[in-house]
Amino acid sequence: MRVPAAFEYERAESVPHALALLARHGSEARVVAGGHSLLPMMKLRLAQPACLIDINGLTGLSYIREEAGQLRLGAMTRHAELLASALAARHFPLLGDAERVIADPIVRNRGTIGGSLCQADPAEDLSAAFAAAKALAVIEGGGGIRTVPIAEFHRGPYETAVAPDELLTEVRLPIRPGAGSAYEKVERRVGDWAIAAVGAVVWLEGDVVQDVGIGLAAVGAPHFHAAEAEAALRGRAPDAAAIAAAAALAAEHARPTADQRGPVDYKRHLVGELTGRALRRAVARARGREG
Amino acid sequence: MVQVHMTVNGEPVTADVEPRLLLVHFVRQTLGLTGTHWGCDTSNCGTCVLWLDGVPVKSCTVLTVMADGHAVRTVEDLERGGRLDPVQQGFMEEHGLQCGFCTPGMMLTARWLLDRNPDPTEAEIREAISGQICRCTGYENIVRAIRWAAAHPHAVEVPS
Repeated sequence: MRVPAAFEYERAESVPHALALLARHGSEARVVAGGHSLLPMMKLRLAQPACLIDINGLTGLSYIREEAGQLRLGAMTRHAELLASALAARHFPLLGDAERVIADPIVRNRGTIGGSLCQADPAEDLSAAFAAAKALAVIEGGGGIRTVPIAEFHRGPYETAVAPDELLTEVRLPIRPGAGSAYEKVERRVGDWAIAAVGAVVWLEGDVVQDVGIGLAAVGAPHFHAAEAEAALRGRAPDAAAIAAAAALAAEHARPTADQRGPVDYKRHLVGELTGRALRRAVARARGREG
Repeated sequence: MVQVHMTVNGEPVTADVEPRLLLVHFVRQTLGLTGTHWGCDTSNCGTCVLWLDGVPVKSCTVLTVMADGHAVRTVEDLERGGRLDPVQQGFMEEHGLQCGFCTPGMMLTARWLLDRNPDPTEAEIREAISGQICRCTGYENIVRAIRWAAAHPHAVEVPS
């Protein structure tokens, strides 16, 4: 029987209460939401916090709404809620693409988007989707609220910009005209982590890519981000040649490692292929045609 | 120890538990409701599925203290007043189980699916149970069993 090591349990009744508990318990405490990343790690002693601060009672952090030109997602939003959201699908269809292939329906009932981001697994799908969408993370602490671009949120594997006495409370996705987006993933079997995955968001102005975001999961991209591929496509018409060039750059600059999911060459090939697919679908959707 | 209060299959339950006690072990060992099975321990296999506030979750990855103040429903609650749930009857009619290990979780997910979607397609059924593993690989009959339940939405008598 695998059970976590003993820990002290605290239940947060509000965001200020959660912050007070974090301040009191320091870096020995971990926040637990859905628990579907943290509890398995605790069973294996890969994580052994002295104190768990349960934020499942913070239902005020569970919402999906449009406000101030942004799609705003509360950190306690469950994956199943994001998958079911027509509002999210309308503005960023890549979120639905990604959610359909995150874990399985039962896990999605419990896991939260904030928990997934804070776990900062290098293969985590929403991190790549949010990188593509140029999202902002809202972090609250004793000193107030700060907003961090998603490109600065991930500091490395399992490491984020959220300090031990802070709480991720919201993710904001700027809504801009001409947008289309898509997420493409290859996994070994249903519900598994990605072998490689690519999220793409394009913002078209006429026939030109006014801006583009490309996020990569599971292939060692810094901050889940394919900066070179984005730069190559920005300001160009998204024709086959331009997309192929961007896809080749994404593959070239990815830094996958060989593991049980596949060798480096295969993963690099996937990055190129999936970048092309994601960009083509994103462009088709921006033009009002399902890709 | 932490005192928890919850309802389990509609009955109020109060207990003192260690914070690290997983809900699957609380239900099986503390309450003796062994219909909920304990399998992979890694939230992959789905045999530990039960409902928390009306939603199926993998109880090997939920702390008992997280269920404090909430409603738990286990497979024991599918049969009510001597009447099987149509999902249970469907598993009988269509031979939806071999060893039976995955069956409680499969049936609870099936009931949840049918409550939200009374006439699911085969693809929708397969998606709904995609987080649950039948090691006998009896998926064809599990899908048929759920389709049988969809076609026979009224509970039937437990055969004597």
